[in-house]
Amino acid sequence: MINLRKIAVAAVAAIGLAGALPVSAQTPGPVRIGSTLALTGPLSATALVHKLAGEIYIEDLNKRGGLLGRKVEWIVRDDQSRPDLARTLYEQLVTSEKVDLLMGPYATGAILSAIGVAQRYNKMLISHTMGIPSLAKYDMHFPAWSLGPDPAQTVPTTVFEGLAQTNKPPKTVAVVTSKFPSIHFLSLGAREIIKKRGLTEVLFLEWEFGNRDFGPIAARVKDAKPDLVWVGDIGLEGNMLLEAMKKIDYEPPMHIHLYPAPGPLANAPEGKNALSLTIFEEHAPYTNDPVAAQFVKTFGERAKQAGLPYTAVETQAAASFTAWQILEASIVATNSFDDRKMADWLKANRVKTIHGTLRFDRGNNFGDDLMRMKQVQDGRWVTVWPKEWAPPGATIRTQ
Amino acid sequence: MAIPSLNLLLQSILSGIFIGGMYAMTGLGLGLAWGLLRQINLAHFGFVFLSAYLCYQMSTVGGIDPLLTVFVLPPAFFCVGVAMQWVLSRFRISAFNSLLVTFGVTVMIESGIQYVWTADFRKMQSVYAEEKFVVGGLFVPLPEFLTLAVAVALSFAIWAAMRFTDLGKAMRAMAEDAPIAAAFGINERGLSLALSGICVALASVAGICFALTFTLTPTQIFSWVGVVFAVVMLGGLGSALGPLVSGIVIGVSEAVAMALFAPSWAPIVSFSLLILMLLFRPGKA
Repeated sequence: MINLRKIAVAAVAAIGLAGALPVSAQTPGPVRIGSTLALTGPLSATALVHKLAGEIYIEDLNKRGGLLGRKVEWIVRDDQSRPDLARTLYEQLVTSEKVDLLMGPYATGAILSAIGVAQRYNKMLISHTMGIPSLAKYDMHFPAWSLGPDPAQTVPTTVFEGLAQTNKPPKTVAVVTSKFPSIHFLSLGAREIIKKRGLTEVLFLEWEFGNRDFGPIAARVKDAKPDLVWVGDIGLEGNMLLEAMKKIDYEPPMHIHLYPAPGPLANAPEGKNALSLTIFEEHAPYTNDPVAAQFVKTFGERAKQAGLPYTAVETQAAASFTAWQILEASIVATNSFDDRKMADWLKANRVKTIHGTLRFDRGNNFGDDLMRMKQVQDGRWVTVWPKEWAPPGATIRTQ
Repeated sequence: MAIPSLNLLLQSILSGIFIGGMYAMTGLGLGLAWGLLRQINLAHFGFVFLSAYLCYQMSTVGGIDPLLTVFVLPPAFFCVGVAMQWVLSRFRISAFNSLLVTFGVTVMIESGIQYVWTADFRKMQSVYAEEKFVVGGLFVPLPEFLTLAVAVALSFAIWAAMRFTDLGKAMRAMAEDAPIAAAFGINERGLSLALSGICVALASVAGICFALTFTLTPTQIFSWVGVVFAVVMLGGLGSALGPLVSGIVIGVSEAVAMALFAPSWAPIVSFSLLILMLLFRPGKA
């Protein structure tokens, strides 16, 4: 009897093991990637773009078999646009949720919080839009937004080199800027470049983020009569300034905006010929890459379904997509989910992305500055400088 | 400091008067509720923005002239104000607690706006947006002019009502000493409900003016709190004309600071004026 019971137990155990082993070997659990996004709060409008881009990428990735044969699960927590909460949530993702990998949040403040957590747990962190390279000192942080290590010098240089090629190169410049952290230093850099290039700065003004009345600023710009207005703006500030200018019957000859809300500026009548910065726009040569072309198509459809007011892929969506491309490239190349191995590989290699080939071997891993200049032409954004990124026939328009 | 041209200075002052009109319009209902009902109604800002979004919706989707929404939104918001006052008095919420409760209501309104209209920017395109006229070389945009005109008209109308009508006198008496006023036959409960309704209806009018002039985004709600509080406190709690005067003083001071010095100095102005007021006329603010 005893023998029979032992045999039965052994048989059940054997069947269980036999069943369990192949199952676990054939269908490993998903790779869990944790991140936060500002799904509510002041940054939520842009963070929704990042969420959509990430979802599109992961759906496609899973259709292609996932990462190293494992499906990918993206765990997104809402940091409410608060860097302090982002830090807490990343801590939870690592310690409680025990995610395999981290992906960065949206906006510089939250990214800095996430970097702190990643550093504490030796996790690699790829960020979408880290705006101040000098602050990102963690050696396993990799930016998808290719600003270069010293954008305060390189970005204005790109702008003024482009403008120098036009039939009306500006000689006088008014620099008006928000004191928002990732903008202000670029505007200060522009002032240096203006001086170096022998241009005349006719006005320099700063405003606090959240300024309500742009009337006096518009009046001062009008009074200064610049050839070019360098607007260090974020979100709707540029629209508000242009509206205030229009109310006093003034149209600046040329105006460049740093980080405007792309839809409102392109759609506003006063946004005509507005210049700005970009890493990606929906035209050739970017869309010559079939991956980029497919992303543009899918993003447009999904953004429309989601009710986003601006459905085109530009810097934000492209940076987000790029971040996932970097992560996938490092995993596939190292055949591993080991953060250190992936980070070492990224430092030694280049990654082909939808907005160009990125490298991470210098300047806090910021590689090259791939920022380009774009312009509102016939109601849509078009890359206009450098020429190799402009669609056929597109040049910088001056009034 | 570079000396600005006279035109620049005058245009900036005009801009300050207009933004001051918006401050006054937003602060009018808030100050009346604070002074007469003893309620610090932070939800007032939420109601301003909710009204602005509804105006945007009715105009953009419904095709209604935004100025015609004045026949729909303020009456509807009056009812909301009455209901809110009924709830606050039903649960005997103190002045300090009203600050917390109405802050919660504001957060709920902001979330509701985000849910319906998303966090993205919304700009109402109206026939008035592009209109402007020139007076003595100065440009006067129509939406801002309308806002100022409405703020002046409503401030004087409420001042006159409070001063010359029985209802207004009853409200002032109620604010002064409610039990004594009740002993003289004043219906405190009814008056409170009506006054709250009027204050929220004023928020609704401010919202319509806001939609005419500004691009909307839900998180802007909180960026107006500080300066409008300063306007209300400088103008005097419960005063109808005070917010108009203080709003214009603050608006012009900010604009002149921007024209003469630096735009980044503008936010300092309103609170500097408030601190000076507290230092030199402590009983008035």
